[in-house]
Amino acid sequence: MADLQYKIIVGLEIHVQLRTKSKMFCSCALEFGAEPNSRVCPVCLGMPGSLPVMNKQAFEYSVLAGLALNCNIPMFTKWDRKSYYYPDLPKNYQISQYDLPLSEKGFIEIPLESGETKRIRIIRAHLEEDAGKNVHSASSYSQVDLNRTGTPLLEIVTEPDMNSGAEVRALAVELQRLVRFIGVSEADMQKGHMRFEPNINMKIIRNGKEYRTPIAEVKNLNSFRALERSVTYEAQRQLSEFLETGIEFGMGNKTTRGWDDEKEMTVLQREKEEAHDYRYFPDPDLVPVELTQEWLDEIKSRLCELPLKKQLRYVQEYNLSDYDAGVLTADRATADFFDEVVNAGGDPKRVCNLLTQTGLKITKEKNCNITDLPVTPKGMADLAKMVDEGTISASSATTIFEAMVQTGKQPDVLASELNLVQKSDAGELESIVDQVIAENSEAVADVISGGKKEKKARGFLMGQVMQKSKGQANPKVVSEILAKKLK
Amino acid sequence: MAEKIDNEQVRKVAKLSRLELTDSEIEEFTGQLGAILEYVEKMNELDTETIEPLAHCLPVSNVFREDIAKESLGTEKTLANAPKKDETYFLVPKILDDNSGA
Ligand SMILES: [Zn+2]
Repeated sequence: MADLQYKIIVGLEIHVQLRTKSKMFCSCALEFGAEPNSRVCPVCLGMPGSLPVMNKQAFEYSVLAGLALNCNIPMFTKWDRKSYYYPDLPKNYQISQYDLPLSEKGFIEIPLESGETKRIRIIRAHLEEDAGKNVHSASSYSQVDLNRTGTPLLEIVTEPDMNSGAEVRALAVELQRLVRFIGVSEADMQKGHMRFEPNINMKIIRNGKEYRTPIAEVKNLNSFRALERSVTYEAQRQLSEFLETGIEFGMGNKTTRGWDDEKEMTVLQREKEEAHDYRYFPDPDLVPVELTQEWLDEIKSRLCELPLKKQLRYVQEYNLSDYDAGVLTADRATADFFDEVVNAGGDPKRVCNLLTQTGLKITKEKNCNITDLPVTPKGMADLAKMVDEGTISASSATTIFEAMVQTGKQPDVLASELNLVQKSDAGELESIVDQVIAENSEAVADVISGGKKEKKARGFLMGQVMQKSKGQANPKVVSEILAKKLK
Repeated sequence: MAEKIDNEQVRKVAKLSRLELTDSEIEEFTGQLGAILEYVEKMNELDTETIEPLAHCLPVSNVFREDIAKESLGTEKTLANAPKKDETYFLVPKILDDNSGA
C-alpha cells in the first residue's frame, strides 16, 4: 500500500443580498414573492437612455460589512461592466467591481468544533447587481422574471484557507450571524439571501511526492447542508479520480459542477474554457465613489462588538456555557439586551438562564425580538436580583417574567400581586419550623441520628415547612434554621 | 503597433457574445474592427508618462440616491415590448447550458 496523505483545500465565494428597500441602481422595490416582472423599470430593462444611480445605503452597508470582515477600505472605488449573456440581465452586462473593489485583504474568525477559532483570510468584498431569474418549463421557451434584476449583492471571496466541509459550513454560519448582527442583510436562506460557490481541490502526498488535483467550482448552493455535503463529496470524488487516473492540476481546465441534492453528488456542468473572458471595462454610466475620512469614521461608528468575540467574552468573563453564549449572540437584539441587563446589575448567569429558558421561548411564540417585549433591561435586572437575594424562588421568576411580558408591570409589584414573595423573616419562619419539628418527631430523630435516612428526613421536614408556608418560605433561610435546630 | 485583429479573434469574440456569424460576415467584421482599432491605436502615440490614470471621464464622484422604493412599471408595461410573453413572464428561446446568475 502506497503511503498516502491528503488535505482538502477550499476557497469560498459568497453572495449576500443586502437589506435595502430598493435596488442597487434604480428605485424598484425589493420584495420577495411579488408578481413576476412587477418590480421592473427602464433601468432594470436596460432601456436606451436610462441611467443607473447608486443606492447610498447599499454602499454604506457594504463598507460596514468590509469593516466587520477586517478589510482594508480604499478611499476610491469604481464600477465595471462584466459581460453577461443570459436574458435575466437584459443589458448584456452585469455592473460589478473589477480592479478597485470597495474592500480587500481582510479576515474572519470562525469557531471550530474543538472550541478554538480559525482565521480565514478574505481576498475582497465588492458590490454588484444580481441577475433576474430564468424559469425553465416543459415548453420550448424559458420564462424570465426580472424582479430580482439589480438587487444589491455583496460578493465575498475568501482565500483557500478551509480544509473540510465542516470548516466551510462554520464559515458560512458565522458569516450569516455576522451580517445579521451588523444589520446589513437578513441572510434568510429560504429567500436565497446567501449563495455559496466553493472552489475545491486536494493536496495529495503519495510516496513523498506532492500532487494537486484540478480545481472544481460548485455553483449556486443555497443551504448550509448542501454546501457542507458538496465539499465533502467533491473532495472524495477528486481523490478517487486521482487514484484512478492520476489527473493533476494544470492537466485540464477548471471545471464547474452542480450539486444534485437528491442524489447527493456533484455533477459536471462544463469545462471552463473561455468562460473567464468576462471582458471587464469601466462603466461610463456610473461615477466613482470617493470616501472621506469623516464619512468612513461615521460608518465605522456603527460597528459593534462582533458576535463571535462577544460569545467568547461571555464564556470567559461570565462563565456561561459555549452553547448559551451562542444562543445569546445569535442576533444583535438579544445580545444587546443581555449586555444592558448585565450593566444594570443583573447576574450574568441568572440573566442568561431567564433569557434563554423563558425569554426566547416567549419571543419564539410571539415571533418577535426580545426588545419588542414590554420588559426593560432594568426590570429584567431587578428580577434577577430578586432571585439572587432570595426574595423570590427561581421558578417564581419564570412566572413573574411571563407576567411582566403580559402586563408590563415591574417585577416587585408582580411578586406581591401574585403572592410569590418568599418569607425570609427568620422569626416568622422559626415558629413554623418549631411547629413542624413538634409534629414530626420520627423524622427529627432520623436527622439527629445522622444515619442512612438523614437526607430523606431532612427533605421531608423541609417540604413540611414549605407546605405550611404555602410555598412562600425562602428555602435557604428554612434550611439554615433547620440545621441550627437539629444539630 | 499592436498586432492586427484576425478572423480567429473575431470568431472568438462572436462566440463569447453568442453571435452566429457567417464566413463572409467574419471577413467583413475583421476588416471593420481592424480599421476601428487602428484608429484608436493612434492614441498610443500620445505621451502619457506624467498623467494620472483616469477612472471616469467626468471630474465627478459620489452621485447617490437615498434608499427609497418608488413605483415600478408593473408587469403589463414591463412586458409591453416583449417579442414573446405569457401572462407574467418574458418568453425566450429555451436556455441550454444555463450558467446564469450573479
Ligand atoms: Zn428598476
